[in-house]
Amino acid sequence: MPNFLKAIGCLLRRDLTVALRRSTDVLTPLVFFIIVVSLFPLGLGPEPSVLRTIAPGVIWVAALLATMLSLNRLFANDHADGTLEQMALSPHPLTVLVLTKVAAHWMLTGLPLVLISPLLAVQMNLPESAMGTLVLSLLLGTPVLSLLGAVGAALTLGLRGGGVLVSLLVLPLYTPVLIFGAGAVAGVIAGIDIEAHFSLLAAFLALALTLAPWAAAAALRVSLD
Amino acid sequence: MLEAVDLECVRGDRPLFSHLSFRLKPGELMHVTGVNGSGKTTLLRTLCGLTHAAAGEVRWNGSTIHELGDDYRSQLAYVGHSNGIQGELTAEENLRAACLGTAADTTRIQETLKRLGLAPYRHFPSKVLSQGQKRRLALARLAILRKSLWILDEPLSALDVNSVVLMTEILMEHLARDGLIIMTSHQEIDVETKTILQIQLD
Repeated sequence: MPNFLKAIGCLLRRDLTVALRRSTDVLTPLVFFIIVVSLFPLGLGPEPSVLRTIAPGVIWVAALLATMLSLNRLFANDHADGTLEQMALSPHPLTVLVLTKVAAHWMLTGLPLVLISPLLAVQMNLPESAMGTLVLSLLLGTPVLSLLGAVGAALTLGLRGGGVLVSLLVLPLYTPVLIFGAGAVAGVIAGIDIEAHFSLLAAFLALALTLAPWAAAAALRVSLD
Repeated sequence: MLEAVDLECVRGDRPLFSHLSFRLKPGELMHVTGVNGSGKTTLLRTLCGLTHAAAGEVRWNGSTIHELGDDYRSQLAYVGHSNGIQGELTAEENLRAACLGTAADTTRIQETLKRLGLAPYRHFPSKVLSQGQKRRLALARLAILRKSLWILDEPLSALDVNSVVLMTEILMEHLARDGLIIMTSHQEIDVETKTILQIQLD
């Protein structure tokens, strides 16, 4: 269905163009991520062994919070100016359009976090052998964070104090990703076999990819009612 | 043909209207009037399928709109209270995004922008446009999408005298092409057509 793919391409380009013209929105989570991770060596003192132990957890928690910070941007602007309404009335399945919006969100939030993480890992004295695992775990984990976040953002759309509510809604769903993501990196440092961690992260991604867009689309229809 | 059967809408616990039935055939215009808060917007959103009716159903060519889903939406263009314009994008980009890849014909976009007097502002971000210009841009979507059913919520608000005349022309052209229009307006609309259905909500 070429029309269908054209619609996806059109929406993706639109979202990326808007984000580039509002670059502060894109930079905020990234700067937050860098600041949080950078504060730990300052607060705890530059003891290399301590930093190495906490590095996986700190980087993962910071990535999770940075993603959460960007969630209300996902639908709120489009809701306020009425473009979301138009999207819901377009002849394309809303599920696919939501998935496209999430993909754009991940490219602008998750991907920059993944790309900058090796630099922060060096700062946290993470051994070189764990670097690949960190990047790979974030690469698998951050799309899950965006997908689950979309459901929370859609449910709290247009509510007062939606920002706090969305954190409460998605945090329980984020914890497994955090546990296995940070666990994989810590496992490599400790020399444990981490295949299971990656299998589970990939399973979360597969599950979120199939269910989250559908749930978020249903939630959007309710929010627009 | 759009048909409403025994439609009832409720907002919160407040019933807005009930037992509303009508039938709108190609080439006909329905003008919905009523005081503020009488449920005009709710009626329009229900006809779009955005809001669920408490009772009754809306049918398009005999099937309910919820059965039809995307097939109904492919026939429908809606301009609501909010213009559906992303402020960071230019007028042209907005129209292109509204098409979502279907029939985003560049020459048609240029012609429509010119006709609605928006061509000089083509390259400005839409957030700098005035309220009336934004409204015109929202209405430009109708001319570009070429859907058969237009549902318009206060399309003439914020428009100047010339734009109202131009809009009336566009509405008449659509009716002449056997299109259907449902609109709310506090103004009298001066459209020459075979049938105008008047619905008064109170």
